[in-house]
Amino acid sequence: MSPDLLKLIFGRLGIDSLPLHEPILVGTFAVVALGGVTLLAGLTYFRLWGYLWREWFTSVDHKRIGVMYMVLGIVMLLRGFADALMMRAQQAMAFGGSEGFLPAHHYDQVFTAHGVIMIFFVAMPLVTGLMNFVVPLQIGARDVSFPFLNNFSFWMTVGGAVLVMLSLFIGEFARTGWLAYPPLSNIGYSPDVGVDYYIWGLQVAGVGTTLSGINLICTIVKLRCPGMTMMRMPVFTWTSLCTNILIVASFPVLTVVLALLSLDRYVGTNFFTNDFGGSPMMYVNLIWIWGHPEVYILVLPAFGIFSEVTSTFSGKRLFGYTSMVYATVVITILSYLVWLHHFFTMGSGASVNSFFGITTMIISIPTGAKMFNWLFTMYRGRIRYELPMLWTIAFMLTFVIGGMTGVLLAVPPADFVLHNSLFLIAHFHNVIIGGVVFGAFAGINYWFPKAFGFRLDPFWGKCSFWFWVTGFYMAFMPLYVLGLMGVTRRLRVFDDPSLQIWFVIAAIGAGLVFLGILSMLMQFAVSFLKREQLKDVTGDPWDARTLEWATSSPPPDYNFAFTPVVHDNDAWWDMKKRGYQRPLTGFKPIHMPSSTGTGIILAGFATAMGFGLIWYMWWLAALSFIAMLAVGIGHTFNYHRDFDIPADDVIRTEDARTKLLAGAK
Amino acid sequence: MSTDTHAAGAHDHHHDDGHAHSTFSGYMLGFVLSVVLTAIPFWLVMSGTLPSKQITALVIMAFAVVQIVVHMIYFLHMNTKSENGWSMMALIFTIVMVVIALSGSLWVMNHLNSNMMPIHEMTGMK
Repeated sequence: MSPDLLKLIFGRLGIDSLPLHEPILVGTFAVVALGGVTLLAGLTYFRLWGYLWREWFTSVDHKRIGVMYMVLGIVMLLRGFADALMMRAQQAMAFGGSEGFLPAHHYDQVFTAHGVIMIFFVAMPLVTGLMNFVVPLQIGARDVSFPFLNNFSFWMTVGGAVLVMLSLFIGEFARTGWLAYPPLSNIGYSPDVGVDYYIWGLQVAGVGTTLSGINLICTIVKLRCPGMTMMRMPVFTWTSLCTNILIVASFPVLTVVLALLSLDRYVGTNFFTNDFGGSPMMYVNLIWIWGHPEVYILVLPAFGIFSEVTSTFSGKRLFGYTSMVYATVVITILSYLVWLHHFFTMGSGASVNSFFGITTMIISIPTGAKMFNWLFTMYRGRIRYELPMLWTIAFMLTFVIGGMTGVLLAVPPADFVLHNSLFLIAHFHNVIIGGVVFGAFAGINYWFPKAFGFRLDPFWGKCSFWFWVTGFYMAFMPLYVLGLMGVTRRLRVFDDPSLQIWFVIAAIGAGLVFLGILSMLMQFAVSFLKREQLKDVTGDPWDARTLEWATSSPPPDYNFAFTPVVHDNDAWWDMKKRGYQRPLTGFKPIHMPSSTGTGIILAGFATAMGFGLIWYMWWLAALSFIAMLAVGIGHTFNYHRDFDIPADDVIRTEDARTKLLAGAK
Repeated sequence: MSTDTHAAGAHDHHHDDGHAHSTFSGYMLGFVLSVVLTAIPFWLVMSGTLPSKQITALVIMAFAVVQIVVHMIYFLHMNTKSENGWSMMALIFTIVMVVIALSGSLWVMNHLNSNMMPIHEMTGMK
């Protein structure tokens, strides 16, 4: 075939785009391919495809979608953590003339991919998954406001993750750092596909995130059960509401700034170039207008989880509910007023820097108020040290340290010393791991019995907990020290041999965290095997307080046979105190949304379009775009969107639960 | 959604709580207003009636703001009571966010610009 025709069909993609010269990647590919083939063969052998497609992939049930988000987050955690281990190993080795084992070209991709994956495809799916699963149950709703949209949002997030994963084996990923600052990310300095993978991976996933934000806001505002006023909403629902408001208000900024960058790269505009009137600083400014709210998007739901857990396992009503709500709202607004603290050193004057320094420090006030509320909730409570509570206590200790180093960094003169140093790296891992990751784990251990009907094994959970916590401190405290000594981030080799010991300690810490992750996987496996022993028949294994515990574990498709009526905060606790009797008769057919494959198909085309745009396969991009429009319009003619669960089925489900409850007594 | 057994969000509920109703005359009024508000800026630019370009630009922006309000009232049927006040709340929040992002960006970029001018221009300023 002629080169022109090849170029027309494959764009930039050629045989030399495959990283065959990198032994690490070839080895990884072999392992992934082997694992993938085994998985696919297993699914085929056990005839699980139909089941997965019908019951999970096409499901519009918010509980199923929530679980799928969690699975995505945990799978991507393994990838992102593999990157982390490689970086720690590289930095521990590359002393005394050694170049380590990662060539610069590869190392730069590793630290970029680590950041992008951990934020967009680990933290976001874990947080979104928990919100998806829990919020409708907590407010006594049957599903989210737009169940099909929910399924579509999930698959768009997967589409973005698929694009980022593809970059590992087809072509390469960005070598720019996780925010891809121009001019480095512009076409002149990054002419290859790396940044395009970055752009389209985030754009595809961003559609999903924004839509799921709209969906959850609408759900919380419109679908609360009778009696649940705003000030009777569980705190997790409140923090979810604020998080989703932040998503809807900030993700469009990311979308626009990435769109402008792609215009620069694809059609030669000059938004962020050095010359022709472009300004790279505008990119930095805009991306942090999204980027700072983003960290609160992640941590607010975690605050909500800790509130639920603290109050449940202390056996007390949450101390200062109202102040908790107001603190959350204040953080929501303030999170928009601090973005410049990410670039204090980049040329603003004293007035700008002091304004943003002060607003940053002010944020620690509502956050501190929350911390005291949790402490006062525990004060004189009968605390049960179950796994969720352990994670919460670890969070409180760790997050306070991270918060204090944050306030330190908020002082502009101090930031001039510490900017882009490992001190900063230690700080944000301190708050993101100590806040978001510990929060997600507390949430997983807390709500797992609700999702699957059996608790998680405490032994392996505690192993995971101790490995994670000690590993975290060992991995990141040395980075504070190194940062204070002036070591900057993203370095590949070092000259000063006295630094090596700290990197070695950090690498051992990362190894401990690895054991923590393995223990968590072990915990899932052991719990599944011991599921009869760990079974939760009551639907309320923790003697908890909010509505999700009023229904069975796992909840029926329709969540609640009758919509609950709420009279107080901690609705389920109140119901238990007033001697609530489960209704046993009078069930009616329940109107539910139908499953549909449109979400996964649309997201598939969107991913293909992204792939086409990345590799300049214009025909693929155009065809996928047209296909998306066609499927989207076609779906509007689908009139089989809902069905009724017959009253008999409801009666059967509820009777089964009655028997189970009777057996438990 | 109080006592019915319908699935949440499985289909649209057409409750009449707090929705402003659309009428033909409302749409016509909105249409005429938006046409007028579009035509005047065009005329301003094409005839060059105002003394300077800067004033023209500012006046056009003022018309754009009025245009937004017209759209919100006549086409999106927003008022202080629609959706139990949530529309208004969302609008206020949006305005706050947009004002923060725009004024903040202008302030920040202006500072960067004056502090980070290329050297040859800096010498010219002295």
